[in-house]
Amino acid sequence: MNEMTDNSTVGYTTEDGRKIGDTMMEMKKITLRFGGVVAIENISFDIHEGEIRAIIGPNGAGKSSMLNVISGFYNPQEGEVWFHGSKRPPMHPYQVAEQGIARTFQNIALFKGMSTLDNIMTGRMTKMNAGMLSQAIWWGKAAREEEEHRQRVEEIIDFLEIQAIRKTPVGRLPYGMQKRVELGRALASEPKLLLLDEPMAGMNVEEKEDMSRFILDVNDEFGTTIALIEHDMGVVMDISDRVVVMDYGKKIGDGTPAEVLANQDVIDAYLGVSND
Amino acid sequence: MAQSNAALESIPALLARNAATFGDKAAYREKEYGIWQRWNWGQVAKEVEELALGFLNLGIHEGDFVAIIGRNRPYFYWAMAAAQSVGAIPVPMYQEQNAEEMAYVLGHCGARFVVAEDQEQVDKVIDVQDELHQFEHMVYIDPRGLRKYDHRRLHEFSHVQEQGRAARDEFLPELKARIERLNLDSTCVMLYTSGTTGKPKGVVLSNRNIITTAQSSCEFDNLGPGEDVLAYLPMAWVGDFIFSIGQAYWTGFCVNCPESPETMMTDLREIGPTYYFAPPRFFEGQLTSVMIRMEDSGRFKKWLFDKFMGVARKYGPDILAGKSVGLKGRISYALGNLFVYGPLKNTLGLSRVRVGYTAGEAIGPELFEFYRSLGINLKQLYGQTEATVYITQQPDSDVRSDTVGVPSPGVEVVIRDNGEVYYRSPGVFVEYYNNPESTADTKDAEGWVATGDAGYFEKDTGQLRIIDRAKDVGKMADGGMFAPKFVENKLKFFPDILEVVVFGAGRDMCTAFVNIDLTAVGSWAERNNVAYASYQELAGHPEVYSAIAEHLEEVNKSVAQDEMLSGCQINRFLILHKELDADDGELTRTRKVRRKIIGEKYADLIDALYSGKSEIYTETEVTYEDGRKGSISATLEIRDVPVVPVNQKVAAE
Repeated sequence: MNEMTDNSTVGYTTEDGRKIGDTMMEMKKITLRFGGVVAIENISFDIHEGEIRAIIGPNGAGKSSMLNVISGFYNPQEGEVWFHGSKRPPMHPYQVAEQGIARTFQNIALFKGMSTLDNIMTGRMTKMNAGMLSQAIWWGKAAREEEEHRQRVEEIIDFLEIQAIRKTPVGRLPYGMQKRVELGRALASEPKLLLLDEPMAGMNVEEKEDMSRFILDVNDEFGTTIALIEHDMGVVMDISDRVVVMDYGKKIGDGTPAEVLANQDVIDAYLGVSND
Repeated sequence: MAQSNAALESIPALLARNAATFGDKAAYREKEYGIWQRWNWGQVAKEVEELALGFLNLGIHEGDFVAIIGRNRPYFYWAMAAAQSVGAIPVPMYQEQNAEEMAYVLGHCGARFVVAEDQEQVDKVIDVQDELHQFEHMVYIDPRGLRKYDHRRLHEFSHVQEQGRAARDEFLPELKARIERLNLDSTCVMLYTSGTTGKPKGVVLSNRNIITTAQSSCEFDNLGPGEDVLAYLPMAWVGDFIFSIGQAYWTGFCVNCPESPETMMTDLREIGPTYYFAPPRFFEGQLTSVMIRMEDSGRFKKWLFDKFMGVARKYGPDILAGKSVGLKGRISYALGNLFVYGPLKNTLGLSRVRVGYTAGEAIGPELFEFYRSLGINLKQLYGQTEATVYITQQPDSDVRSDTVGVPSPGVEVVIRDNGEVYYRSPGVFVEYYNNPESTADTKDAEGWVATGDAGYFEKDTGQLRIIDRAKDVGKMADGGMFAPKFVENKLKFFPDILEVVVFGAGRDMCTAFVNIDLTAVGSWAERNNVAYASYQELAGHPEVYSAIAEHLEEVNKSVAQDEMLSGCQINRFLILHKELDADDGELTRTRKVRRKIIGEKYADLIDALYSGKSEIYTETEVTYEDGRKGSISATLEIRDVPVVPVNQKVAAE
């Protein structure tokens, strides 16, 4: 299978002068069905290293399903997922996570009774090697390991400016803060590819601005590739390098924000089109 | 130490002494990554030297101004000492200022160098750099988000130090020569006043001002190298400079910097300062939160708290002042200390406080008593930037809530005929930078400085009492004295009132705008099932209005007692539909009310107060944090308050 998508597999330079690497992940002709419902139909697109890639579309367009395919939660009936130049066999989500892909969820999936610190610490799970016994008696490797992980977690807490809620149970935090903690947990696994499912849903303008800044900073500071789903068109156009537009499970547009905005199919999908 | 004092004529000289005498002692701590990082005096001397060499490498001249923009962090204190070492003058600024306000200060002093904290501050300076002809180099601490900026004039703090280290041999002789040239008359720092009236003025303070003041104030309170302070108040404020640099370098005590402004309370608890300063607003906030939490606690705990707070009120102040108290009192107080005061002080982070000060505003008597009765040595201080803080302060043996103490060591205080307070001291500022007229207006040829406050000395105790700003003290239409602050302060002591502005100069009666305290009133609303969606809605609630009206009535009764000011009772009031905000220019950055601006902005509301209307519709422009503007509108209720009739004095009497 060597078919090319519309996009080149080699790197490019964005308008603001950022260097984007070669293709990191490629979705080839993905089709996903739930019984008779076709959630995703024959969609191909790629994600380059270091890029902020957005997936947009009206409700029910299949965006979250797409993200779930990437994160290994769904296995598509047809098509292939290529990651770092090799075809990915069907995998469990934890195996995908071990490959360096982390995500946040549309409806926040944190441990509500645990503190911010502990929640982010769970993001380090894939990096912990000490045996159960050693962890239980807190000695030797386990102690050393935890210190290392704690340091990394503290750096993330500093990065996201959430020092003041370090010890607060996340269930007591406002929604916008919980979103930030969830981002922190995803970052804790030091992902190469970060999947954000509607990171700004339900936020006010100020919170959205903060979150946009964090997403840009994550990309800039850690070089993390980011794929995000978002409803707020303003945000998407401001922060992403390239955008995939989906509607009823099909891809109807792909390109830079400017290209996508000029695409008639996209305008029709968003504004509706009369049937006469 | 007396003979060595001769050479200690600058901050860099004090730093060298500290590094030599107690190089291993903690000088700075900052919480970062959840852990308290520590630097001893030896390390600080090295950090400062490297930065100073780096400054030389960037071509800094003697007499250049170095603006410091950021929250309290060790790096900024080092930057100030480094600037002084190379003969430059540090100008700490309020980091919350918007770009426009910063442009004024940066332009006024012609800062060639800026040391800024992060991208946010760097962006603000870049926004206005075209207006700043003298600006050349900016140094930042946090590189986040700044990687792709044009780095021709932008430098990372650690890189400047690295370059300084690399060029040590080349620049060290020059650095030493420049430090040598510093003496008591060289400028130590320039601090901008907050600008309650008009544009901020640059107050030039010499090494003599800072060092003599630090010395005498440390002796007054017996401060030593063992103290711990928490540096959390704005660096642009003279108090922070005298505590965190002046006194810290003089005695060698440790300055602790919080992790972030939001974690300040936790950090305070962890550090447990021994020497502590906070404005009344802060103590009030703490007390409010204690009271709210006590309301929510179990019945037994509440009973215990109430019982022992009664004991504390009865015996606490006397025990603290060292007066004789009976055995019964002492035993009850000791029990209270075990069950209530000790744990409470620990929670507040005030267990170790040996000397605590409050200043800036009048403090409510109940609030003041509360802290003193717990055994916290909280005292009052009266001062200003032009005096290098200290004008009067209270000795441990004579502390009261309604006075500001006796003249500080070395300070002479007199009250002139118009009631205004004047002082003269070694701390008196050199001048307002580039503003000889204002300097001449404030400081006369003999060195006496007008405070702008009206006050008087109590005959029997010799303590100073401040009534109000001298220029705010006016006359009412009937010739009676009008002192708005006097009434406002009485009102602000109620926990549900955040801010009050009283009007009445030249009028036949006094009226007031009130801002409610959202925390206190919000908690009341929660307990009484009052639903509200915004500040505006809660502020307009009829029950809130009634509660405020009751407070006003109570205050009127107390004001009526005062012979001179009985005309200042509030006749009518309204609760404002928005909180007064520094972003809208209604308050200064230190949260003082700007009467003139409020008077102009809300002229329609003032008219309504004096025209007998019972409600008024108004629209107000507001500025959001990011600088955009919007407007809010509301219909405000105006209420009358009963006043106590005052017997007219017969003229012949």
